[in-house]
Amino acid sequence: MSAKKLNLKDKYRLLTRDLDWEYSYADRKKAFPYEEFEGIKITDWSKWEDPFRLTMDAYWKYQAEKEKKLYAIFDAFAQNNGHLNVTDARYVNAIKIFLTGVSPLEYQAYQGYAHVGRQFGGAGARVACQMQSIDELRHVQTQIHAMSHYNKYFDGFQDWTHMHDRVWYLSVPKSFFDDARSAGPFEFLIAISFSFEYVLTNLLFVPFMSGAAHNGDMATCTFGFSAQSDEARHMTLGLEIIKFLLEQHEDNVPIVQKWIDKWFWRGTRLLSIVAMMMDYMLPNKVMSWKEAWEVYFEEAGGALFKDLARYGIRMPKFVETTEKEKEHISHQAWWIFYNYGHAAGFHTWIPSDEELDWLSEKYPDTFDKYYRPRWELARKMEAEGKRFYSQALPQLCTTCQIPMGFTEMDDPTQIAYRSSDYEGEKYHFCSDGCKHIFDEEPEKYVQSWLPVHQIYQGNCGGASVEEVLRDYYKLNLGADNLDIKGSPDEQRWKEWKGVA
Amino acid sequence: MTIEIKTSTLEPVRNTFANIERRFGDKPASRYQEATYDLQAETNFHYRPLWQPEFELNDKNRTKIVMEDWYALKDPRQFYYGAYVQQRAKMQEAAESSYGFFEKRNLADYLSDDVKNLLITYLIPLRHIENTANLNNMYGCAFGYGTAITQALLYNAMDRLGIAQYLSRIGLMLDGNTGQSLIESKQHWMENPAWQGMRALCEEMTTVEDWFEVVLAQNLVMDTLIFNLFYEQLDGKLAAMGGRDIAMLTEFMQAWNKDVSKWFDSVLKTVVSESDENKALLHAWTEKWQAKTLEALRPVTHELLEPAALDQAVAELEKRIKKAGITA
Repeated sequence: MSAKKLNLKDKYRLLTRDLDWEYSYADRKKAFPYEEFEGIKITDWSKWEDPFRLTMDAYWKYQAEKEKKLYAIFDAFAQNNGHLNVTDARYVNAIKIFLTGVSPLEYQAYQGYAHVGRQFGGAGARVACQMQSIDELRHVQTQIHAMSHYNKYFDGFQDWTHMHDRVWYLSVPKSFFDDARSAGPFEFLIAISFSFEYVLTNLLFVPFMSGAAHNGDMATCTFGFSAQSDEARHMTLGLEIIKFLLEQHEDNVPIVQKWIDKWFWRGTRLLSIVAMMMDYMLPNKVMSWKEAWEVYFEEAGGALFKDLARYGIRMPKFVETTEKEKEHISHQAWWIFYNYGHAAGFHTWIPSDEELDWLSEKYPDTFDKYYRPRWELARKMEAEGKRFYSQALPQLCTTCQIPMGFTEMDDPTQIAYRSSDYEGEKYHFCSDGCKHIFDEEPEKYVQSWLPVHQIYQGNCGGASVEEVLRDYYKLNLGADNLDIKGSPDEQRWKEWKGVA
Repeated sequence: MTIEIKTSTLEPVRNTFANIERRFGDKPASRYQEATYDLQAETNFHYRPLWQPEFELNDKNRTKIVMEDWYALKDPRQFYYGAYVQQRAKMQEAAESSYGFFEKRNLADYLSDDVKNLLITYLIPLRHIENTANLNNMYGCAFGYGTAITQALLYNAMDRLGIAQYLSRIGLMLDGNTGQSLIESKQHWMENPAWQGMRALCEEMTTVEDWFEVVLAQNLVMDTLIFNLFYEQLDGKLAAMGGRDIAMLTEFMQAWNKDVSKWFDSVLKTVVSESDENKALLHAWTEKWQAKTLEALRPVTHELLEPAALDQAVAELEKRIKKAGITA
């Protein structure tokens, strides 16, 4: 009998999932215990289509080539004082947010994919998740190495991992990923692989990397290019997981829809920090947040959801709110940080005349009407020596943990407040979306470690805000925080550039 | 004569990140240090895992081993991702050239049916054991504590997938890329009485809850025995049967085993020297898994190798145990 030679697909199958076998001696459910509690029905793991076919020998080879090139650039960057080539000292604050707010999420992704890369009973899905786990570890580590040089010359990078666990605004990204990792394995994949990597990644990763490219940051930008092919793999996994779940059983559809609703909203809230970064923090702008939202979510995401309609999946809940929010969210977020700039680990500032005009042009319906007057007032006060900082601690949204500063989208002069009662306590939210998420799983969100509550309860060291910032957050006060004007960062920049 | 390019030096504000400075002092740090220490979140977790509400997301209590500082388990190879893939790419390049040579010269054609049968019955099924090793190291990576140990466990897990794939490729070279040998060897794994003890043990290992226990059972006990029996000792037997060329295809595994033993021995040594309680735990686990693994290996070793083979492998294991300081 002569058997046929294998095609690539079957060969990959033999090299991955065929390594697994049906258990006869131990209880397989004890080995893979978390597959059922979410209510997802998997009738046949063998229907899993491998989203990419990469054996380990090829992986080592390709990734090593990429690393070799990347580290050669990092070395050259450091040797040639590459930090002097960024547009100006303000830009660096964007990547302070990246290292303190995003890199730790890469780390959590590494952990989350390691967990599902062990727990899925289907070996095809397991191996794909394992590869993403090691890629995510790559990303956090290469980001550290890319930022390592900046840390030597600028303030605010130095205690990024300590900060991530404690600082008030960093609880926004931290709670996002804690939420995903504490969920079951299938929700984790819908949250991160699909909603985040597939639907929203162009609104997180791309703005930072394009921002780096537009602002002379060779280290970050080179990292971005190097990570692109990894990201492409991650996106194919996101698409496969959703198709697989929807095709496995019709009972999965409402569960998946619920998760899409939740993670889409959770994602858009997380992205508000990217929105302000794009509109306010990049000296050389890439595009406005509104434009980015239109291109990457409304057009690309719209087409995707049209495709998914045949499975019975509709657009995420509250998508109509985001259509309005794209006009406001970046302005409101930067205003919050401008107000609390004394409590942030990066610098804030008032946009220049040129930048105000750019904002007017990009936001013709909202900027001059609602936001320009604020900045003009702030500038007047600053000129009078009265740069102000809000001293009161803000109330936080229980779900997204952002200070309650976002407005009703139909009335941008009115702060939005929502609340729910649960077991005799009142919980506050910034939006219908965040309230909805809480109401679906109150027992989860009552656990939230809300930084402001924790400060009031005395769990963050000293009694005064200054003590919390200095001793608990370990901020170098007067260096890491406050306005860029008069900061050591600015002073050094001027010395390097030889301007008075 | 040397030439000296003049560069402009700017005085840095600091040498490294604050957490690294707190650990090692204010001096330039290595890439391994900056990419390893304190990366994992330590405190203020928001929600308890739905799948393990008795633990925090990152929790030291997923093993009975107690370490004052889990980052003490540093990797003597200093593997962060970039260093790891570049090192493995070098090994891969050597392996690729051997596999390429083996194929180009059709060396499989010169193997006797006895040798081929032996490989299909006893060597290729190891790919399923490697799959178990992949799961066990992933388990340690996901439930372990601190980047120092978890990253090394992930590298190990991916290595095991790689080795399983190399073993499968040996099968594909024997059957002319039809997959027949893999089907047959899986049948042995599933049905051959000689393998059933090992299969039962592999299945049992994936149900162990303490992550350090399963990592120890895998990376110390099972690996030492398996690599000694199925690579070192089997090598000699294959040579005697005219199958010396197979050594070209298992060279990767031998080199790999040397590399990871260095790492894991150092991990064990550090855990043992931390406390007598740790030492007692490692001792008890080692005894337990040594007994189980020997029991499971006995039938397959009996069919494959000389009567003294198992004792020889045990001697090798005992050497490692002693070296790590695991005593009663």
